[in-house]
Amino acid sequence: MSKELLDKTDIDRIITRMAHEIIERNKGISSLCLVGIQRGGVHIARRISAKLKEIEGREIAVGTLDIALYRDDINVRKEQPVVRRTQVPCEINGIIVVLVDDVLFTGRSIRAAMDAIMDLGRPSAIQLAVLVDRGHRELPIKADFVGKNIPTSMDETVTVQLTEDGTKDSVVLE
Amino acid sequence: MSLRSKDLTGIKDLSAEEIGLILETAAGFKDVLGRDIKKVPALRGRTTVNLFYEPSTRTRTSFEVAAKRLSTDVINIAISTSSVVKGETLLDTAKTVLALGADIIVIRHNCSGTPHFLAKNINASVVNAGDGTNEHPTQALLDLFTINERKGRIKDLEIAIVGDILHSRVAKSDIYALLKLGAKIRLIGPPALVPDCLKDLGVRIYTDMNAGLDGADVIMMLRIQLERQGKGFFPSTHEYFRNWGLTAARVARAKEDAIIMHPGPMNRGIEIASEVADSSRSVILDQVTNGIAVRMAVLYLVSGVQG
Repeated sequence: MSKELLDKTDIDRIITRMAHEIIERNKGISSLCLVGIQRGGVHIARRISAKLKEIEGREIAVGTLDIALYRDDINVRKEQPVVRRTQVPCEINGIIVVLVDDVLFTGRSIRAAMDAIMDLGRPSAIQLAVLVDRGHRELPIKADFVGKNIPTSMDETVTVQLTEDGTKDSVVLE
Repeated sequence: MSLRSKDLTGIKDLSAEEIGLILETAAGFKDVLGRDIKKVPALRGRTTVNLFYEPSTRTRTSFEVAAKRLSTDVINIAISTSSVVKGETLLDTAKTVLALGADIIVIRHNCSGTPHFLAKNINASVVNAGDGTNEHPTQALLDLFTINERKGRIKDLEIAIVGDILHSRVAKSDIYALLKLGAKIRLIGPPALVPDCLKDLGVRIYTDMNAGLDGADVIMMLRIQLERQGKGFFPSTHEYFRNWGLTAARVARAKEDAIIMHPGPMNRGIEIASEVADSSRSVILDQVTNGIAVRMAVLYLVSGVQG
């Protein structure tokens, strides 16, 4: 049984709201950098950046962050996680990094991402923006900007599909 | 996707997809090398042993740096100061190293096939760092990575490999790898060092350097092993340079944007002129840096496959 929870219009409205919240919280976007976690987070980060540009009229840097090398399950997995590119086009020291991911679940990816960011420099703050928070945290981690809270059970999966990956925009619960 | 084997014994055993996976993974590791903190915790708690039965500085150092950047502990065993001189067999040495807690053994040996023998007999991952005149797979992988970085592809490129093909494990690994990815290869050198039978691999053979370099996209020079001089392979180093040395005039025969590669250490004035080695088209130092990224990728990927 799969159920569409969000469609294209919903996702677009959510991104618009999150962009406004990011601006409000940081009183503008002057010392801000968006960093998307490979791969789903990168698409969301680019969309938020485009929205910020619409609102504030300024381009904001979007970085990509690969967390494969920082995962805590590297010794227990059967296969090595795929290593993708990490490219953060701005100087991280002293600025606010907004980490972006598609789904927040156990929080382990975010822990890995924070370690990866710290190896790139010392940001003045790290904030977290996620499109979907599905609960079931295994670490004390909380998002600053949440698109939608979706209560789930452990055996369900939440899939974020985006046009960037060649599908239509939707969030599906299975 | 992952590698099929816990070991990297040679390019011969890899599929084109596996080579592609290693190169893509290496691109991610190259990002790491460009940072202030050039280290990731991926293989924390693992141990890499460098077992070198032949002298080597650059390959051993490159593997050592790669392993340390991945947070593994590294132990270097120099055979000249080890129990091997007391008569210990290779397998006994390897088993001892395993008992000390090694997860990955990087081995260089003057006998072809040593890594294959070791890989079959122990559970740790074995990585070939050069075996006799057989293969030097990580050198070929870093060459491919460097070519792809500069040219954006490997397929259909015209690659000229110049020098002592017969004795070169680097050349063999390069030929296997480049053919698997669809490049076109010309081998250039004295007839005694580039025997005609190599044609069977699907490459073209030239004894005339100028003809061989015509329109090449990549010029890969090999080191002339000076210990072979005086054994009848070529008359003298002076004459070698006159016929097969890479000079600026000869580089001009290749494509305008051709790149020049050399696995090192270079013999300036024997196989390559200094002005060429130091020119803007030379990617020789890029090869050294890329070697670390590629070896990180190999260590990372083999340690993900169960023995």
